[in-house]
Amino acid sequence: MYQFSGKLKMLAIGLMVIGLIGTAISFMNTPKTLQDAKDILAKQEASHHGSHGGGHGEATNDHHANTEHKSDTHKSDHKEVKSNDVAHTNDHKKEVKADSLSHKEEAANHAEDTRLTDSLNGHVAEKAHVDPSSHAGNDHDTAHHGDDHEEHAKHAFHQMQNKPWSAIYVSLIFFLGISLLVMAFYAAQRVAHAGWSVVLFRVMEAITANLHYVSAIMLVFIIVTAMHMNHLFPWMADGVFDPLSENYDPIIDGKKWFMNLPGWVMRSVFYLLVWNGFRFYIRKKSIEQDNGDLDLHKKIYNVSVVFILLFMITESMMSWDWIMGIDPHWFSTLFGWYVLATLLVSALTVICLVTLYLRSKGHLPFVNDSHIHDLAKFMFGFSVFWTYLWFAQFMLIWYADMPEETTYFALRFKEYVVPFIGMIALNFIFPILLLINSDFKTVPWVIVIAGVFILVGHYVDLFVMIMPGTVGAQWGFGIGEISAFLFFLGLFIFATFNAFAKANPVVKGNPFLHESEIHHYYIIEHRGEDNAHH
Amino acid sequence: MSTNKVIHALYNDDDILMDAVKKVKGEHHHIEEVYTPFPVHGLDKALGLAPTRLAITAFLYGITGTSIATWLTWYTMIADWPQDIGGKPSFSWLENMPAFVPILFELTVFFAAHLMVITFYMRSRIWPFKEAENPDPRTTDDHFLMEIPVHNNEEKLTALLETTGAVEIKVVDKH
Repeated sequence: MYQFSGKLKMLAIGLMVIGLIGTAISFMNTPKTLQDAKDILAKQEASHHGSHGGGHGEATNDHHANTEHKSDTHKSDHKEVKSNDVAHTNDHKKEVKADSLSHKEEAANHAEDTRLTDSLNGHVAEKAHVDPSSHAGNDHDTAHHGDDHEEHAKHAFHQMQNKPWSAIYVSLIFFLGISLLVMAFYAAQRVAHAGWSVVLFRVMEAITANLHYVSAIMLVFIIVTAMHMNHLFPWMADGVFDPLSENYDPIIDGKKWFMNLPGWVMRSVFYLLVWNGFRFYIRKKSIEQDNGDLDLHKKIYNVSVVFILLFMITESMMSWDWIMGIDPHWFSTLFGWYVLATLLVSALTVICLVTLYLRSKGHLPFVNDSHIHDLAKFMFGFSVFWTYLWFAQFMLIWYADMPEETTYFALRFKEYVVPFIGMIALNFIFPILLLINSDFKTVPWVIVIAGVFILVGHYVDLFVMIMPGTVGAQWGFGIGEISAFLFFLGLFIFATFNAFAKANPVVKGNPFLHESEIHHYYIIEHRGEDNAHH
Repeated sequence: MSTNKVIHALYNDDDILMDAVKKVKGEHHHIEEVYTPFPVHGLDKALGLAPTRLAITAFLYGITGTSIATWLTWYTMIADWPQDIGGKPSFSWLENMPAFVPILFELTVFFAAHLMVITFYMRSRIWPFKEAENPDPRTTDDHFLMEIPVHNNEEKLTALLETTGAVEIKVVDKH
């Protein structure tokens, strides 16, 4: 039996304590009043003018100036020409559209425009600035100008208030998703009667123990969100569904049958119940099966089939409810798959890293280089799969360039261009180059490097999915984000190794155990293994 | 030295063949060739054959394909005649890059796959109308044949091969 070492336990608890303290600090540093937020904005604006000089004087009355400096829209003449062009086509489209619409629809359209402007933090308005000759832009702009400054400060204030919440939320979804996908992968191995992975079953089970812990935190988060203690989901705001309110949003109102608070809470709780229930039951039966009972084996098989079915449904809906709901005006059909891919490749990487750690400490005597090779192949393959879905989603929207879809990526290119493009290198290029070689797929340090790239990359991926809708241009990677990550990392270490110490590291009663112990991928050489099975 | 004499030892089971190969290698005899009706896992290791480098060539061919596709899309769509087609930005290659990715991908795969297959044909000397080099037609059906060159040690080799479970041993002149 594995012994959860005191050192590791201290590390886990230490990480959690540091994480909690940091999170508390980040909550305290959040501006409390509108005035605080205005001061911060003024500071940001001052530094903007300091660094860019008087190159574009018009920026002084561009109240969204602070949103500009991260993405350098004025980098070169060439780029300006391009954005001019874009503004032209967009305005033109808008005019044509408006002509053909009835008055009523026009009003609704205008409402949408205003909100898009808002959610893009002045994206549309900024385009109008670039091209002063366009009617549509000017009308729109003047209509806005009066209360623009106050509106913007308020908007930025809400975003700043969202920051510590979003920091927790990104890490929460990241670790919840990884634990869940390890569970799904484990169930898939059971259902497929996989012969190679049986010696890794207890590692996977141990990782899924974390599902219970993060689900509890998620439950609290759901309750807190439903009590309006944070404003991560714009559709939960007051008056969104009320035609008499100035917050009224006809588009969200049209989605009311799905996007309503009771429905959201019930669905969320249902997902958590399903996942945790199946995880608890399968783990329990798996430990019982150490006695070699084949009826239990069949039972776990049947339960796993049902789990995978429910998992596929709940995972898709979870990604709509918990992630896509942050941008309630935007929708994408393959979003559920895309989230699945991001979490699945992270889950496989985590399985591989935990396995490598436990093997290096001598707790997994039957895990040989072929098992590691297989895990690395999965990491490689699903990195490509993630890239495929990421690109499919991006390219389809980029190509058709329909305004209601493109705003999603326009915002990401404008404010998040470094993480958004950088994650392609982390999630695709580096893992591909590191893991394409068959020999490298058994070398621990190569896999660890590739694994760190993959995990950081997919954290960034979730970051870029969630942050633009909640904090917009006010994002940063500071104490709040790091602390939340450290807290959940500590929790993960604690949950995983605690659970691994509670059961035999080998699933003794499994009928495929022997096959797994002698597993050998014939092309590779096993290095430094002295167990009798080879 | 009359080295054009070889021994052909025939087996009817791949496990027996593998043991025989190990035994002959253990006695430090050179095995010229082994003919089998299907791939025998581990035979190349037992024979001590160097690993293939086909995968490396495929990787290089793939990069070649990517480069050619990059050049092709850049030259035709950006450099030679940059038209405005449906509002797609054709000011620079990078701006319009997403539209080129399907081509980049397909040409990479196309070059990697086809050139690797052709390399395989060339390296293993296979082409249409090539005369078959099969020493015994049974090796394409259910027999395994090990070919060992003779260097004035015919009796000793025959005796050794008889202990390995060969179903037939014959000495032939190879031309």
